[in-house]
Amino acid sequence: MSRDLPPFQRFLDAHRDIVWRFLVSSVGPVDAEDCFQETFIAALRAYPRLRADSNVRAWVLTIAHRKSLDAHRARARRALPVEDPAAVDGRSASAPPERDATLWDAVDGLPARQRSAVVLRYVADLPHRDIAAAIGCSEEAARRSLHEGLSKLRKVVSA
Amino acid sequence: MTDRTNTKGRTGTAERAVRRLEDALRRGASGERGASERDSSAPAAGAAQRLSARIAAEGFADVTYAPADSPFGPLLLAATSRGLVRVGFPEEDTDTVLERLARRISPRIIESSVSLAPVQRELDEYFSGRRRSFALALDWTLVGPFARRVLKATAAIPYGGVLSYGEVAADAGSPGGSRAAGNALGSNPIPILIPCHRVVRNGGALGGYGGGPDRKRWLLELEGASPAPATRGRR
Repeated sequence: MSRDLPPFQRFLDAHRDIVWRFLVSSVGPVDAEDCFQETFIAALRAYPRLRADSNVRAWVLTIAHRKSLDAHRARARRALPVEDPAAVDGRSASAPPERDATLWDAVDGLPARQRSAVVLRYVADLPHRDIAAAIGCSEEAARRSLHEGLSKLRKVVSA
Repeated sequence: MTDRTNTKGRTGTAERAVRRLEDALRRGASGERGASERDSSAPAAGAAQRLSARIAAEGFADVTYAPADSPFGPLLLAATSRGLVRVGFPEEDTDTVLERLARRISPRIIESSVSLAPVQRELDEYFSGRRRSFALALDWTLVGPFARRVLKATAAIPYGGVLSYGEVAADAGSPGGSRAAGNALGSNPIPILIPCHRVVRNGGALGGYGGGPDRKRWLLELEGASPAPATRGRR
């Protein structure tokens, strides 16, 4: 038996918050806007071919994860060798004052898979199985990435 | 960045450090310490609205929809690139209508009041008596072949006029098919614009209407129509 796909607007309503939170934490609020649009426009293109009984949330976060990698690559190309990385980092420049800047700069500096694993686990509140689906690896590898990412972050925040 | 520090420590300290880290991560990067679910979803809602507008403007969606004001309450309007495809009365459940459109046409459906603004404008003019015919393109995708003949015949009834079910059936090429014509009219996906309210029973009774008989009467009065169909010579 197969269920029908909901209208795309309902899909957007259901997943916009988690995708937004993931992107703000992965790439910062400035790049999040573009990444958000690109994520859902890519999702819209592929949407009719999506199986309604698949893990839709993990699917859209997979796309968001890929868009966040693109944004990081683009930022690396833009970045100039300056003293203060915050000067060229859209996230740091515009982040609300209450943000724990040290921690999120450290998240920013994690290898891509660890960064996504950490953000998907704690910001998007995803179980390991969905993290694995979103970043395209085994559940065991996702667990490992998460653990390695956390270890690095702990060294930073406990300093 | 920061110095490498002793992460072994006593177990309790290490656990507290991990918990602090996890808490900090859970607060997210947007800094909304203790913010409610609603507050934290406001930027996402804004981004989603800008996204919907862009999808509609660039034609990425196959169907756009929006509520429209009317004297009957909010109507649901849905359109494709071909034209208006569906008008829903206030009693119809929006999700049910949209789910059916997703199955019949495409699940690429997005809300956009901008896309439907021309329809709203013509409806406003019609309901205030300033418009006697609609210039909007219609998409007949949801109408089957027989119903299409019936509804095309219905669309030809001028403002202020009425026909009987039998007359419409005859115009649709099915003399004697007034019951089948009635069913086709009942399935009209674009009421008001395809004026099925202009088809009435012989002898002056209103007959049924998808939006209820009161609305049928209201529309006929708006148009200054008399519910008794003028008998006319059949071909």
